[in-house]
Amino acid sequence: MKYAFFPGCSLDATAWDFGRSTRATCRALGIELVDIPDWVCCGSTPAHASSASLAVALPVLNLQKAEAMGLPVMTACASCYARLRTANQKVRNEAEERQRTERITGKPYNGQVEIHHVLDVLVNHFGVEQVRARVARPLEGLRVACYYGCLLTRPPEIVAFDNPEHPTCMDDLVTAMGAEPVAWPFATECCGASLSMTRSSVVGRLGHKLLSMARRAGADCIAVACPLCQMNLDLRQSDAIKSHGDLPQTPVLYITQLLGLALGLSNKELGIGAQSVSASSLLADRRPATVASTGGNP
Amino acid sequence: MANTIQWNGSELAMEVEHRSGTPVSACFQCHKCSTGCPIGPEMDFLPSQVMRLVHLGMESEVLGSQAIWLCASCEACTTRCPQSIDVAATMDALRIMAIDRQVTLPDAHGKQFNRSFLGSVRRHGRVFEMGMMTLYKLRTGDLFSDMDKVPQMLAKGKLPLLPNRSGSAGEVREVFRRAEEEEKRP
Repeated sequence: MKYAFFPGCSLDATAWDFGRSTRATCRALGIELVDIPDWVCCGSTPAHASSASLAVALPVLNLQKAEAMGLPVMTACASCYARLRTANQKVRNEAEERQRTERITGKPYNGQVEIHHVLDVLVNHFGVEQVRARVARPLEGLRVACYYGCLLTRPPEIVAFDNPEHPTCMDDLVTAMGAEPVAWPFATECCGASLSMTRSSVVGRLGHKLLSMARRAGADCIAVACPLCQMNLDLRQSDAIKSHGDLPQTPVLYITQLLGLALGLSNKELGIGAQSVSASSLLADRRPATVASTGGNP
Repeated sequence: MANTIQWNGSELAMEVEHRSGTPVSACFQCHKCSTGCPIGPEMDFLPSQVMRLVHLGMESEVLGSQAIWLCASCEACTTRCPQSIDVAATMDALRIMAIDRQVTLPDAHGKQFNRSFLGSVRRHGRVFEMGMMTLYKLRTGDLFSDMDKVPQMLAKGKLPLLPNRSGSAGEVREVFRRAEEEEKRP
């Protein structure tokens, strides 16, 4: 299994731990990732809220590079994923959009590159049973609220690898890791996304709602697959608690970090320690006496 | 998009439909979008009310609203609309129209964030958070909010001090220039 990897801006900066854990986990499972050379920003929300043509052209620059590599694309950031898929669909289905995009990028592109999210790759390409078979250090007793957020499953015409209202792919992975996914009603509620910068009070309110519901459902931690979800629930957690009421500290980990732990990789290899709300005591409590032989341990 | 109804002959509705590619006029005010909108409590107009303002041609009210800038683009409305209206794309079209028409915005944070973000991409081919945040703060005058987050992010290695420039930054600059030309085409 081999993919053209689109890291996106966050995975080299605010979400470097998502980048490191995605690469480490894929490597451990034998999923080969080749970075798209000289990839560029997908434009994210500022592009689609400012210029309809730029919102398609920026993702297409990357898809043209991937097409030259002859590989399907894999990305980890939920926002990059949605932007790449949206642009691809527009170019594929709308002749005018395609012509405009080709004029802007100066190169042909007909929307034929396949684009997958890392969860899609893990669950549907690699397979949950295969993941289960590779678990070296089951995360027994760990109760996880799987938080999908907005763009992994919406809109279904664009992303389409899980149910938009009741997704289960992360829950299936968490079960395969030996941990316990909790049932909770806010798995696809929005965290406020890029309002983080412009209206942090909204993000505080939404974050508190999510964190308190995850706790009520019995979760010890939240698993995410999006850099903005992670930042809004983790970095802004203390503000949310200050403004909206006390809650126990809740670590917010990338699903690839949890999976990496279950595969026997070390905290260092997975960027565990990069969170504002430390996960170390939670994970230390759960660490079984028989630490897996692969990957060592800090 | 097919099946667009030209409701009430509203020029505004027609333009929004053209820009968004979605049949805004098909909205029958069921309010499903508003019920599920995570930002509803903060909005001056709920999403279904924004749709209605468009039907009625109330341009200054809708383009000058807080609501279009508060939309987080979470796509819950788009996913759930029984009339298959892409409500989130409608919000995008309205934001673009508000900037084009130089409407006086209720607050400029959204506009300045987008401008600072895209300026960073135009320069480096990728977002350089430190530079983008500095520009955004200077432009909004909102210098001190979130300053407590900076040391923490630096310590965790989450705020690089130098841009991670793309080898295709030159190509990106050209793409921005040509996209601007395209947007000017009639």
